[in-house]
Amino acid sequence: MHSIIRTENLKYSYDTEEAGVVRLALDDVSLEIERGSFTAVLGHNGSGKSTLARHFNGIYLPMGGKVFVDGLDTSDENNIFDIRRKVGMVFQNPDNQIIASLVEEDVAFAPENLGLAREEIVKRVEVSLRSVGMYEYRDRAPHLLSGGQKQRVAIAGVLAMRPECIVLDEPTAMLDPRGREEVLDTIEALRKEYGLTIVLITHHMSEAARADRIVVLCSGKIHLDGTPEEVLTDIEGLKKVGLDAPASVRLAAKLRALGAGVEGFPLSDEECVEMICRWLDSEGSEK
Amino acid sequence: MLKDITLGQFFPGNSIVHRIDPRFKLILTGLFIAIVFCAKTFASYALIFGLLLFIVLNSRISPRLIFKSLRAILIFIVFTAVLNLFFTDGETVWFQWKFITISREGVLFALKMVLRIVFLIIGTSMLTYTTSPIMLTDAIELLCSPLKKLRIPVHELAMMMSIALRFIPTLIEETDKIMSAQKSRGADFDSGNIVRRARALIPLLIPLFVSAFRRADELATAMESRCYRGGEGRTRYKIMRASARDYVALVIFAVFLAAVIVLGRFGI
Repeated sequence: MHSIIRTENLKYSYDTEEAGVVRLALDDVSLEIERGSFTAVLGHNGSGKSTLARHFNGIYLPMGGKVFVDGLDTSDENNIFDIRRKVGMVFQNPDNQIIASLVEEDVAFAPENLGLAREEIVKRVEVSLRSVGMYEYRDRAPHLLSGGQKQRVAIAGVLAMRPECIVLDEPTAMLDPRGREEVLDTIEALRKEYGLTIVLITHHMSEAARADRIVVLCSGKIHLDGTPEEVLTDIEGLKKVGLDAPASVRLAAKLRALGAGVEGFPLSDEECVEMICRWLDSEGSEK
Repeated sequence: MLKDITLGQFFPGNSIVHRIDPRFKLILTGLFIAIVFCAKTFASYALIFGLLLFIVLNSRISPRLIFKSLRAILIFIVFTAVLNLFFTDGETVWFQWKFITISREGVLFALKMVLRIVFLIIGTSMLTYTTSPIMLTDAIELLCSPLKKLRIPVHELAMMMSIALRFIPTLIEETDKIMSAQKSRGADFDSGNIVRRARALIPLLIPLFVSAFRRADELATAMESRCYRGGEGRTRYKIMRASARDYVALVIFAVFLAAVIVLGRFGI
């Protein structure tokens, strides 16, 4: 068994069946998330990306189709506890997912729920807080921390369950640019350190570019699925679902259309600058 | 103004007061309330003041903060003082005008009532200032665990309380934000009579409630995502172990209670 999360023809709707018309929030989504991968789910508001995320640990149960986590069916109530332990979830608003008034007590919340021995809880709290770089703040009150720090505490709280996969539902949406960098760097470090599977729900192109696979959702359907190089350079495909390709990609395309000899599709601003410099250098040497 | 509300807030520290077993702290607080209510004479009030001074100084919580917390209930204190001042019958009348009489007994009684309230507020807020809400609710849960046999959901009630305490600062912050937002759109919270002012609070309370419900929903989801399923099979991160220190504190408080009762008996 390769994939940690597998959805089969997943359907979900928030509407109750009225007048026979049901608007589907998720329409026939079949997706496999491989163990150890970093997948970004991209889509604008109302595309169903958060709805999809909430199926990954059984918060929502499919109305049609199936969701399997590590081979366990989420619609079987007996599996829910194991599923939630395997797939941790971090939400958008850090204030609304911190339960305790002390950082370390909040991180201890999940291991307490798992019924672990005290020594094990103490160990996990320390390791989790250290791996997100918040150990020095263990005896602080969460409401006095910055947004980025709070979100890192929330990640530590999930890590303390020792999950195999972490699903992050727009974890940076309420943060300032610095907090956003903090959180994204933490996610990447965790993946390298523990080989965690990461699913990042986002509507930021630049965040999605850090993943090694991007799934684009629109109106509850998967529209694009591939590596960042494939998805983010598909200017037309992205436009169809109401998303703009990164500015650097569009710039490269425009320059080429105007007859400039730029090569490739840069995904980040730095790469874009490099690309233009390379082109200018080659122009200069030709003359 | 809202920032002055320190109700239920916790200020981490490492003093003796902080380290006393939360279960004992709860009992000690109960004893303290008993002491204050048994105190009848100024000598007993002096004793209580000494005890409170020691607790406050030991906890290293800034006295300014404690005054701030008193300021929030200033109206209440003044109201009590005035009522007792004017409506206590006494023999030594100092001042009389129509139906208002101020007597020596009235002044003394008003002073005692004010001291009593102030002591009660400071004493009980020291409990929440020096104990983390989770420890506090854990202690309540442990102390009340015999009630579980009567099918009273002790764990759930304790969890509700700790979450309520956790969200006090968050909701205060939110209230401030909504107030600023409504003020910037012309809302007026500070003028007019009581009815007008009460009505002015509606545009503050409705968004606050809506957001509180949204928060509650998100928090419940987050708790479930972290494998919460009630009190069954839960273990604890921090265990409470009573030490000699806790028993000593208990004895000291008991001695104070006895002293205050004896002083009252002899009228000193």
